[in-house]
Amino acid sequence: MNKQINQKAWLFVLPVFILVAFNALIPLMTVVNYSVQETFGDNVFFWSGLLWFQEVLTSERFQNALIRQLIFTFSILAIEIPLGVAIALTMPRKGPWVPVCLVLMALPLLIPWNVVGAMWNIFALPDIGLLGYTLNALGFDYNFTSQPGDAWFTLILMDVWHWTSLVVLLAYAGLVSIPDAFYQAAKIDGAGSWAIFRHIQLPKMKRVLTIAVLLRFMDSFMIYTEVSVLTGGGPGNSTTLLSIDLVKIALGQFDLGPAAAMSLIYFLIILLLSWVFYTVMMRNEDQ
Amino acid sequence: MALELKQIEKVVGRDVHIHPTDLVLEPGSFNILLGTTLAGKTTLMQLMAGLDRPTGGSVHFNGADVTGKRVQDRNVSMVYQQFINYPNFSVFENIASPLRVAKLPETEIKRRVGEIAELLKLSAMLDRKPSELSGGQQQRTAMARALVKDSDLVLLDEPLANLDFKLREELREELPKLFGDRDCVVVYATTEPTEALLLGGYTATMHEGRVTQFGPTGAIYRNPKDVISARVFSEPPINTAWVVKEGDRVALGNVAAWPAPDVLAGKPDGRYQIGLRPHHVLPLRADAADVPVAGEVLVTELSGSESVVHFKVGNETWVSLAHGIHAFDVGETAELFADMRHAFYFAPDGGLLAA
Amino acid sequence: MAQITLDKIRHSYVETPSKEEDWVLKEVDLVWEDAGAYALLGPSGCGKTTLLNIISGLLHPKQGRLLFDAEDVTDLSPDQRHIAQVFQFPVVYDTMTVYDNLAFPLRNRKVDEATVDKRVREVADFIDMGHRLDERAKGLTADGKQKISLGRGLVREDVNVIMFDEPLTVIDPHLKWQLRSKLKELHQRVKRTMIYVTHDQTEALTFADKVVVMNLGEIVQIGTPVDLFERPHHTFVGHFIGSPGMNILSCEPDSAGARFAGGTVATENRLSAGESGKRIELGVRPEFVRFTAEDGLPADIVKVSDAGRYRIVETRCGGETVKLLVGEGDEIPADGARLAFDPSNTRLYADGWLAGEGR
Repeated sequence: MNKQINQKAWLFVLPVFILVAFNALIPLMTVVNYSVQETFGDNVFFWSGLLWFQEVLTSERFQNALIRQLIFTFSILAIEIPLGVAIALTMPRKGPWVPVCLVLMALPLLIPWNVVGAMWNIFALPDIGLLGYTLNALGFDYNFTSQPGDAWFTLILMDVWHWTSLVVLLAYAGLVSIPDAFYQAAKIDGAGSWAIFRHIQLPKMKRVLTIAVLLRFMDSFMIYTEVSVLTGGGPGNSTTLLSIDLVKIALGQFDLGPAAAMSLIYFLIILLLSWVFYTVMMRNEDQ
Repeated sequence: MALELKQIEKVVGRDVHIHPTDLVLEPGSFNILLGTTLAGKTTLMQLMAGLDRPTGGSVHFNGADVTGKRVQDRNVSMVYQQFINYPNFSVFENIASPLRVAKLPETEIKRRVGEIAELLKLSAMLDRKPSELSGGQQQRTAMARALVKDSDLVLLDEPLANLDFKLREELREELPKLFGDRDCVVVYATTEPTEALLLGGYTATMHEGRVTQFGPTGAIYRNPKDVISARVFSEPPINTAWVVKEGDRVALGNVAAWPAPDVLAGKPDGRYQIGLRPHHVLPLRADAADVPVAGEVLVTELSGSESVVHFKVGNETWVSLAHGIHAFDVGETAELFADMRHAFYFAPDGGLLAA
Repeated sequence: MAQITLDKIRHSYVETPSKEEDWVLKEVDLVWEDAGAYALLGPSGCGKTTLLNIISGLLHPKQGRLLFDAEDVTDLSPDQRHIAQVFQFPVVYDTMTVYDNLAFPLRNRKVDEATVDKRVREVADFIDMGHRLDERAKGLTADGKQKISLGRGLVREDVNVIMFDEPLTVIDPHLKWQLRSKLKELHQRVKRTMIYVTHDQTEALTFADKVVVMNLGEIVQIGTPVDLFERPHHTFVGHFIGSPGMNILSCEPDSAGARFAGGTVATENRLSAGESGKRIELGVRPEFVRFTAEDGLPADIVKVSDAGRYRIVETRCGGETVKLLVGEGDEIPADGARLAFDPSNTRLYADGWLAGEGR
């Protein structure tokens, strides 16, 4: 290899390194720093080793938040991915309706997260919200501010409303890239719509769906704003997901050590699960 | 403006894409790179253009070393197999684009675009967008853009491959005329031997990352240096076989035997390779000296004025190409006649034996 | 297995066609015999792909009927018509093995596994894929994938017709002739009706027993490769088939044939009564023009192209370009060249159509 080329390449990458250092590495190292020390402010630090990690991992509060988080994430994945693919399949692939559908689909994605939370908060209020009022009028005893089940129902509904579009758009992009000849060949081979889906559409959508799953997984695992605005983690702790809990510990109680340890554990969980998803979904790709 | 490649080499990881190659292309010459899909034609062109860097050797232009010079700083144009134009520019603007980059005055741009459009029969459609043109016209536009700026080096990478048969024929005829009085170096890559022949100029036959032979197109076709060059430059494929020389006779297994030719006179007895072009193997005896070769017919292809018979000779598949219609049934044993006076004789290592 | 009848088929992509130009298929009336090898040949935009899609059922014609034997299939869907098609770009099911790809059309039709296995293995041997049945189809080269597409058509016993839509487009040039031979061989062995659509004359003429030449939405000639070469019914056919194509020269009609370049040219055909007012042209293939030492038409040599086993000589003669082929060893006169046309292969055309034949 030519040495000169290599050195030039490093120069080009340097700005990225500096950027990444400032917005990722340095904050991360700060967190690592906090996670192994005890502080009472005033820049006085005591070495505490892995104490905080131990404490966080064995605390029931963390475990419960993690379980809630996992339930939330897998629920919305289980709903949004199939629903998104199903909607993408029903969208027209050519003609004047294509842009209309695309814009409609993109709308929820354009709304700021805190607005989404506020919107749904009002929408679901049992006395004046359209959703809450209608449900009660239909005879359901619905109140998301006092009943954990209703809070969960509203939370998941909100996320599905907000984010299914993303899956739809990605799946749609995968679908339109399939040449007509594949559909024609399948028709001639006598394949039914299920066989077409299973053997043509799904395999051709695989890459974009992998991206969709990863994005939705990571985003939902880190969800904060909407939940914070909608339920604030309540009623009780019923919708206190990991991020909500983390903020409560760090900013509410100023327990910086445990919060830092928790952040790192949180970060590692996301990293690990993303890797597992990716590996599983790409398993057959290179055979 | 001569282009000179000195011991140029391209290695990617463990794969050798181009083996060390020397090549001198004269100013004003039309040069063809002929070879199959992975022979290295495109890689070699990219090295010439400066789109890719060699891992060894150097590129010289007019004696100056330009190896490290960026493609933007060289005066190069390129036409690709795909019709590459700016989709939202008119044909005029497409052709004018390299001149606009060079900041030529408007009147000069008008004049030159008008000239080249006339030459490429695009004058009537200068206001149209590329999407409103046929494939042939789109490729003409791409060519006009490459030709308008007086490049020192014009590279054409299978420019006719995506065109309809008749359009290909038409453009192929016009091409050498376009470059007639320019002093740039033209390099044209193709996979088709017939196209190379009709374009004329000089040909470099390529095989597995090597230039196997280079010279005037007709001469290369008639005097292949070795068995590989002969294979590259034959359509349908040249018939080859191992033969055994014994005294003044040559035998092809137990299929056929004929008197040893002059080129084998004085050579030791033993195994040699022969190469015989398909049009020298005919279904009818044209001359008393023709050698009968019998074999099982695999298939007969008819193409209007010609018949192509694929048949087995010993362990080899041979092809006969003859005027007129000569239909054989699949599986039939047919007797064909080989004019061995036109055969090439190669040494066991593949090199041509000259008389 | 079926005879295919196209009964006055017309098609337009315009909702309500009003002008003649709206029709991409003008009117196609044609019978394809059972087990024949046919080609549809024409330049891009001539309507050949439209016609193919009508036969396969991917497109419904605006007018006319399509019959397989005596059955009207115009309104049937592609899978009800029992056809197979090989597309320009290879279609394989990526997730499946070669075996499963070949079995797919049978399994969709609920054929029992024992039969599936038998057919798949037979066909796999046929297309030289017998040893690669367990490989994933995704990893195959373009020609391998094209063989699989073809194989999916062959496994079904009930296929009426196998259609090919420019199947060799993505195949390496040096492998094309092998696949061409393979297709030809397959046709001779399986004896099914096959229709091959292409713009490439060599491919069409090599494959087909009968070639249908199309231009501007209509059929200009149906004939054997020999017919098309020796007796083109239209100047388009003469120009389109053969490389280089037929010389087409404006001339004056004459009692012996035609007056051209100050001389008389004998022709094989004569004008019929109604044709004298039309645009009259002389058609002669480069193969049937030669240099002559005797009486001939004076010509200037413009260019000589070496095609290896022959040379293409371009001349100016009577204000027109006349091309001729000269064999490897033959002489080309330095100057004062004179040309002679072979009378039995020189024909008159009126408004493009072969004179004396009518339309």
